[in-house]
Amino acid sequence: MATQHSRSAARLMISPAVLLLLGWMIVPLAMTVWFSFLNYNLLQPGPRTFAGFSNYYYFLTDPAFFTAIWNTLVLVLGVLAITTVGGVLLALLLDQPMWGQGIVRILVIAPFFVMPTVSALVWKNMFMNPVNGIFAWIAEALGLQPFDFLSQAPLFSIILIVAWQWLPFATLILLTALQSLDSEQMEAAEMDGASALARFVYITIPHLTRSITVVILIQTIFLLGVFAEILVTTNGGPGTASTNLTYLVYGQSLLQYDVGGGSAGGIVAVILANIVAIFLMRMIGKNLEN
Amino acid sequence: MGKISLKQVTKSFGDVTVIPALDLDIEDGEFVVFVGPSGCGKSTLLRLIAGLEDVSSGAIEIDGVNATEAPPSKRRLAMVFQSYALYPHMTVRKNIAFPLKMAGIAPDEQERKVQAAAKVLNLTNYLDRKPGQLSGGQRQRVAIGRAIVREPAAFLFDEPLSNLDAALRVNMRLEITELHHSLKTTMVYVTHDQVEAMTMADKIVVLNAGRIEQVGSPLDLYRSPRNLFVAGFIGSPRMNFLTGPAAAAHDATTIGVRPEHLTLSRSEGLWPGRVTVSEHLGSDTFLHVNAGDLGTLTVRADGEVDARHGDSIFLTPQTGKIHRFDANGKAIA
Amino acid sequence: MARRVTPARKATVTAAAWALGLLIFFPILWTILTSFKSEGDAVAIPPKFLFFHWTLENYAVVNQRSDYLLHFWNSVVISFGSTFAGLLIAIPAAWAMAFVPGRKTKDVLMWMLSTKMMPSVGVLVPIYLLFRNTGLLDTRIGLVIILTLIDLPIIVWMLYTYFKEIPGEILEAARMDGAGLRDEIIHVLTPMAVPGIASTLLLNVILAWNEAFWTLNLTAAKAAPLTAFIASYSSPEGLFYAKLSAASTMAIAPILILGWFSQKQLVRGLTFGAVK
Repeated sequence: MATQHSRSAARLMISPAVLLLLGWMIVPLAMTVWFSFLNYNLLQPGPRTFAGFSNYYYFLTDPAFFTAIWNTLVLVLGVLAITTVGGVLLALLLDQPMWGQGIVRILVIAPFFVMPTVSALVWKNMFMNPVNGIFAWIAEALGLQPFDFLSQAPLFSIILIVAWQWLPFATLILLTALQSLDSEQMEAAEMDGASALARFVYITIPHLTRSITVVILIQTIFLLGVFAEILVTTNGGPGTASTNLTYLVYGQSLLQYDVGGGSAGGIVAVILANIVAIFLMRMIGKNLEN
Repeated sequence: MGKISLKQVTKSFGDVTVIPALDLDIEDGEFVVFVGPSGCGKSTLLRLIAGLEDVSSGAIEIDGVNATEAPPSKRRLAMVFQSYALYPHMTVRKNIAFPLKMAGIAPDEQERKVQAAAKVLNLTNYLDRKPGQLSGGQRQRVAIGRAIVREPAAFLFDEPLSNLDAALRVNMRLEITELHHSLKTTMVYVTHDQVEAMTMADKIVVLNAGRIEQVGSPLDLYRSPRNLFVAGFIGSPRMNFLTGPAAAAHDATTIGVRPEHLTLSRSEGLWPGRVTVSEHLGSDTFLHVNAGDLGTLTVRADGEVDARHGDSIFLTPQTGKIHRFDANGKAIA
Repeated sequence: MARRVTPARKATVTAAAWALGLLIFFPILWTILTSFKSEGDAVAIPPKFLFFHWTLENYAVVNQRSDYLLHFWNSVVISFGSTFAGLLIAIPAAWAMAFVPGRKTKDVLMWMLSTKMMPSVGVLVPIYLLFRNTGLLDTRIGLVIILTLIDLPIIVWMLYTYFKEIPGEILEAARMDGAGLRDEIIHVLTPMAVPGIASTLLLNVILAWNEAFWTLNLTAAKAAPLTAFIASYSSPEGLFYAKLSAASTMAIAPILILGWFSQKQLVRGLTFGAVK
């Protein structure tokens, strides 16, 4: 309910944000589309010629493209699975009465504040290094061969690192949601004869769906763009074993200076992300409605 | 000065018309109460006067000046909200001074006016507290204080007492009435409680579905309600309505008799019945009587009457106190 | 009312939670410990946990070799600058959405959030070229602009959820008290929303501090924030664990401390109002 006055004021107040975001969306995107149809390499100074769909053709038929899509999917879903399941379990544990809960919470949330480049470097060198890393030491202490994580299971290693960074986020949000669960509801269920498992399935889980949705939404936004962790640890390798879409496009445009090809890849990435976005927004919209 | 005129004012939200064309004059210095059931449009009407909503058509004049297009801040009106709407981050002093600050009044003058208002409202000892540290009644007083300091053309009250408990409500009712006597400023007061309307108003406006059913002094409305709606809404306990032969005997479709205009007898009377529930309030006794075909009638009797569930009694309406209504619910003169 | 818990159960839970908590925290702890070791102790097998020769030498070396303060200052300017700019644009927008909602409001919000889903890499090339041609490459102002745009949707969303909890009647009261729109926002809305604005600010400072796509791709030496400064240690010749640890500790310490102090406010903001 409002007056004409406040409605026009509202339009005025919202327009800077809308215009900036619209510009942010349209201008670079239009340029990317334009470049994607050009033969445009920063290393070749000659005139830029129209390339038609050849950039797209080369990008889409590059075997690295499918590997990158697959890697992106595995990375996002893997991290989501680890963090949501782990987050729920950890939150359930932290919700129990214990000594020093505040300190444990501080310990658990800490990785969220660590910048990606730092966590990638620390994991790569001090934990996963096959000679000097802690994991190698543990393996040797147990009489096993040290495992070279980053060359033998590069994608898995990166998933581990990224999951470590995001687990605190999921845990903290789910813990807050658990703590907001009305205890009378639980008591009523108990009076109705529901077992601990039944209470978890019929009361706790439905109560958590909203927060799980939020966790998935926010994490997906950030996980689709995982970059620094790959750049610092494996550079996408060995080969393309740990190259995700973001890293592939980065390599094409800023390492090979192929603006045209990189732009085509960028557009493909935007289209794919939009498909995910539509799907996610539907889900979130429904979940946040009520 | 504070004369407010509404001329052919209408309000619709989308396709829904909340207020069909309405005319109303509020005289300077008058205490006008808008009363009606929830959803009758009384709060919307107040918000139209305040400028918090746009009228869909028509004009609002304040002191003869067309204020239809003026924003709320330019209408020289002060409003007390149902939730009090105090600024939680400001002390009581700053809350009360806020309108003065907005008006660009010098700080020492602000302080003088705040002190004066605080004195009137018994808030002097609370000026440095935040609203969160006050009781409901005190918050209410701060809201009133904030309204009076700027000496507005009129005060608007939107159900200001509905969040208070019963005892406090009676107190605040008196305080607001006294305030009106001392300030003599126009007040427009919205409530769904007809007791507040009857006790406080110079003029009551009864609203139903956005339409004015009747305008008049409390006693006017009580004595001669213009239709069934007003008759049923004003007065407590509610007026008894009878239809059928009992009404036909008075050449009407419906007749109405107030509980206090029924005479009670154990031996004889017009309408026999049986007591179903008797409510002893001390000063009065309300008897709910099952009068057969006439339905359930409510009687207001003396506090000492000792009637119990199941007692047989007779009721007789007092002469001249019967309200007659036609088939359209209009009062027959 | 909480029920009595047997001490045995509480002890078990405590042990499990502390074990997991320490496990999760261990990489950070290990980094901090290593930063005080000599390079020899840092790579010793078996690892030395507490009994080694503590030294501050690494911090001195790191500071000498690269200008830590410059990168630290870049991070501060970029993260706070972009957050403040974002708040300045977002507060009026969130006011409009929360208090003058229209039929399109929900859609606009969803659209804003969806711009967040656009992969940065899709616009990397033109932004890189635009920056190169306008001289914004490797400048703090350039990164502030980019990060402002990137953070804007999240800031608007967070503020919106906070603003929606403020009763509209209070703003109407301000209007009745003679406040214009500017006064209403400056004197009433903003102070009332301070807790919400603070947690929005904190979260975005953290996100911007740790942002590592644009900061890595658009800076070289001058404007590089700590993310890029640390990334320079990934080259093999920079591989000295103790020094790497010292640099890492310095890069994460400010935000870690800030985050620990404000974790309660952060959580509320992060949930977009989905969890009260």
